[in-house]
Amino acid sequence: MADAAIELAGINKSFGAVHANRDIHLEIPRGTIHGIIGENGAGKSTLMSILYGFYQADSGEIRVNGKPTTISTPNDAIATGIGMVHQHFMLVQNFTVLENVMLGAEGEALLKSSIAKARSELIRLEKEYGLEVNPNAIIEELPVGLQQRVEILKALYRGADILILDEPTGVLTPAEADHLFRILAQLKDEGKTVVLITHKLREIMAITDNVSVMRQGQMVATRKTSETTVEELAELMVGRRVLLRVQKDEGKPGDFKLSVKNLTVKDSRGVTMVDDVSLDVRAGEIVGIAGVAGNGQSELLETIAGIRRAESGTVLLDGKPIDVTGTADPGELRDRGLAHVPEDRHYVGLVLPFEEYENSILGYHDHAQYLKGPFLDIEAIRADARDKIEKYDIRPSNERLKTANFSGGNQQKIVLAREIEKDPGVLIVGQPTRGVDVGAIEFIHKRLIAMRDAGKAVLLVSVELDEIRSLSDRILVMFDGRVVGERDGEASEGELGLLMAGVERQEAAQ
Amino acid sequence: MEYFNALVVILDSTIRLSIPLLLACLAGLYSERAGVFDIGLEGKMLAGAFAAGAAAAVYGSAWYGLGAAILVSGFLALVHGFASITHRGNQIVSGVAINFIAAGSTIILGQAWFSQGGRTPSLGADSRFGAITLPFAEAARDIPIVGYIYYELISGHSIIAYFAFFMVFATWWVLFRTRFGLRMRAVGENPSAVDTAGISVTWLRYRAVLITGALCGFAGSYLALTQNAGFVKDMTAGRGFIALAALIFAKWRPVPAMFACLLFGFLDALAIRLQGTPLPLVGRVPVQFFQALPYVLTVILLAGFIGKAIPPRAGGVPYVKER
Repeated sequence: MADAAIELAGINKSFGAVHANRDIHLEIPRGTIHGIIGENGAGKSTLMSILYGFYQADSGEIRVNGKPTTISTPNDAIATGIGMVHQHFMLVQNFTVLENVMLGAEGEALLKSSIAKARSELIRLEKEYGLEVNPNAIIEELPVGLQQRVEILKALYRGADILILDEPTGVLTPAEADHLFRILAQLKDEGKTVVLITHKLREIMAITDNVSVMRQGQMVATRKTSETTVEELAELMVGRRVLLRVQKDEGKPGDFKLSVKNLTVKDSRGVTMVDDVSLDVRAGEIVGIAGVAGNGQSELLETIAGIRRAESGTVLLDGKPIDVTGTADPGELRDRGLAHVPEDRHYVGLVLPFEEYENSILGYHDHAQYLKGPFLDIEAIRADARDKIEKYDIRPSNERLKTANFSGGNQQKIVLAREIEKDPGVLIVGQPTRGVDVGAIEFIHKRLIAMRDAGKAVLLVSVELDEIRSLSDRILVMFDGRVVGERDGEASEGELGLLMAGVERQEAAQ
Repeated sequence: MEYFNALVVILDSTIRLSIPLLLACLAGLYSERAGVFDIGLEGKMLAGAFAAGAAAAVYGSAWYGLGAAILVSGFLALVHGFASITHRGNQIVSGVAINFIAAGSTIILGQAWFSQGGRTPSLGADSRFGAITLPFAEAARDIPIVGYIYYELISGHSIIAYFAFFMVFATWWVLFRTRFGLRMRAVGENPSAVDTAGISVTWLRYRAVLITGALCGFAGSYLALTQNAGFVKDMTAGRGFIALAALIFAKWRPVPAMFACLLFGFLDALAIRLQGTPLPLVGRVPVQFFQALPYVLTVILLAGFIGKAIPPRAGGVPYVKER
């Protein structure tokens, strides 16, 4: 077809035994926004990396604008007019916007004239697409939304006609995401082709013209967005029917289990991250903390868990204080019935090179049931790990496998199993489904609801607004270290989004 | 006037003593700015000094010596690059290995070739880089202060010394005014950004490491062909490590690197000058005290008197494409 910007025919790619892309056929019409969805590990990123010249396909053909094209380096991709906005921005943090945009496309060996050229080109792009950003700003001082804009500018500066965005909204506030969508719509109006890779169905429905679904390395379907539904896409992604919103009954809140009063936390630079926060979590309820990443939720969670020291304030667990300004330690808190599923399972929750069974007792390894005299009772631990694997459907079901070899969703299940199976009275959970695929999300959500229904107190921190809204009985919104609002579980997304962006607070200040 | 003259003499030896530091420090700057830590400056300098001494002795020419030093040191730099760039090995281990190889092989080869206990034969004036007297230096000598400074301090160094100071500004220019410099700084901060921009991380890092090798060759040549008349075993005496410390003080910037090296050179010069001289109030101070001063200063300064020195973010980390 002449008006296809990109055609992929029979693309195959294997990494060792893993067949990451299996006979992929895809056609992306010019001047459209094309969504590609799929669970983690479905092969979306691999496919796009092939298109951007990071990997070479084992077989198959790529046609750009109808012409068969070999793309063996990112340079080739850039030359054929393909630009990519990576999930993790490919920016040099201490360079200016201008230097980042120029990098690799400087032209001459001396920078002087290229700087002038890049500056005027940036101004032109800014006018044409409404992509304002100060060329002299240092990247690390810019908010992520603007950093992403720099990534888009980088691609446009190189003359990209086809723009691939890999999970672009993961780090954005809802308002920033909307702004991004407006930019993408404008790029489309200018005749550019946009490929949007995401696992968020809402975005697909909001912005794309067509959508292709990948599952286990295969392209399972392509639909016109206007002719499909969220439910259909979810089913195509997972391969079975999925409950997108967990069913739950009305909560029956009981006694106060966890009370935080006037908690203030500073980070190592002395910046106040949590500012005079007070909250209560009662037995039998889930309290969700919404907010854009970096507004103090992580610090709040870590302080309650005893990992981080508070400047001032008190935390009561079952009415008895936790010494958060002094000697609180996670081991003591576990013994008192507070379990913690950390936000970052790779750095805090798990030791990836350990075998699964070792991680399944991490932090509880000094409990009598795992000990035989002064030694670990390996047999008891393994048996216990096998139980959890069974109960939580952790795959592969092998407790001797290195934890790093489990997928994100299964790693998260390992952490959840460890913390929940100790039957804690209070569970604090950070980003329970980050990097977890749809099927596992459903499982994890059900588990958390079950905890609530069993009369436990759950404090949930998540940047996924959908998750917060679907699970929480009450929602607190954090902005700039403070709790700026409390809503019930039925609060609308727009309402929460405004709070998350600090809008209400700024208006009140004026 | 007597004090003034004494000061100028100390400053003059400050310059002499800081040249090898400065060259090694600039050498390290290239490599580390590109994200390859190099603890093997010491070894490359030592091997370079040996090559310079040996080649100058055999061919009777300082230029041959310099050429040999650059080749040998450049070769070791390639070894470091091969281990840490191509094979993504541990950069510290590779650097330490190079230091040991240099320390051992220079003595063995020196003994095998020249049979002088690991030294190279003493060099005559022709096969060394001698002092260059700048124009009008002799005439200016008697002009008070300015003329004397010109004669004693600025004139009368070897060509490598002038080259070292030239390299300070050349390095600044390369880093901040050229495409190569921009890319080199970028690859030390975020190699993925460079890779996705369609630039080869490997080739960029190899070039930086080769420059490091060449500059270490200059540093070694200075030791063997200017400061001494030939190679003596272990003649670098830890200068490669002091150069690394200076690089950190300077926060990986060329002009501050010059001042850091001059500071260390000054302490060295002071130590030599004050050897055996009784000081007012304290009396005679053991020479070891002064010899230890640069190292004490290193520890004190590194312990936090220089503010936070943030190394290039990708330093020490081999670049691996995701997955």
